Amino acid sequence: MTGTATTTFEQVLGLGDDALIAAQRLCEWCTRAPEMEEEVALANIALDQLGAARLLLTYAGELEGAGRDEDDLAYLRDDREFRNVLLVELPNGDFAVTMAKLLFLSAYQRLRYEQLAAGEDARLAGIAAKTVKESTYHLEHATLWTLRLGDGTEESHRRMQQAVDEIWPYTYELFDDNALRQPWLNIVEPVLAEATLTRPEDPPWAPRGGRQGLHTEHLSYLLAEMQVLHRAHPGAQW
Amino acid sequence: MSGQWPLWEVFVRPRRGLSHTHVGSVHAPDAATALQNARDVYTRRQEGVSIWVVPAAQITASSPDEKDAYFDPAADKIYRHPTFYHVPEGAKHL
Repeated sequence: MTGTATTTFEQVLGLGDDALIAAQRLCEWCTRAPEMEEEVALANIALDQLGAARLLLTYAGELEGAGRDEDDLAYLRDDREFRNVLLVELPNGDFAVTMAKLLFLSAYQRLRYEQLAAGEDARLAGIAAKTVKESTYHLEHATLWTLRLGDGTEESHRRMQQAVDEIWPYTYELFDDNALRQPWLNIVEPVLAEATLTRPEDPPWAPRGGRQGLHTEHLSYLLAEMQVLHRAHPGAQW
Repeated sequence: MSGQWPLWEVFVRPRRGLSHTHVGSVHAPDAATALQNARDVYTRRQEGVSIWVVPAAQITASSPDEKDAYFDPAADKIYRHPTFYHVPEGAKHL
């Protein structure tokens, strides 16, 4: 009753998978972050993403109407069935790459959730209204680090610029199903400028395919680690 | 890297109307980062509505060696407490 005919299983699955895969990647920083405080921050952000993923995947399962719950969707699909953008599945790289990914993702998620919070689907609007506050904080955190690394030492500037250049082509896919590219640039470009970083040129070709289930080779390794326990012990509980 | 970042003392106001209370400390390279770190470490479970961070180096503290000189003399001066005084019968406007 809460959905509308315009919201599809695939749309919600895409949002949920973005959050789930981003959460799993960020978790990899646990015990490896440069400072304890930063580790707590990254784990918090990962948990926020996981919370959003649970709500979205539960809703996606209901829209599908095939009786699949959040766990079925998270743990019992193969890479071709995932609908997340490629950006979130890319390896963490160094800390600068992780922050570039988080900056680009959280700016997108904030805009997307803002849009959905004002949308017609009441169920989705409720999830988005809760999640947009979290995205705002993620964006703040990523902005803080982008400024400090970009406008920091020669070495931190070099690595932050390299990270931005590396991740930039993957940002185009974020806007294939919405018109948020320009608002997104309005957020991201001033951050890059203040961080003394060069905004990369538009590439002649940008990688895509995540929303159709065509992923990089990195996703199946991530899924193997995320799913192994549930697949070995179906229905396992803490 | 640890040990290079300065220490910041964290104060959290639990609710409107209450004062900020010292809750602990965090390491951070600057004030803005200290504030975010404090948020993540000390207010994850809705502990507060406002945070202050103060560079630990900026706090001047009394020394434990001076404890007796500083605080003991107050112990036997009960007349400094309002409860020491009896309110006379019939006193108005108190």
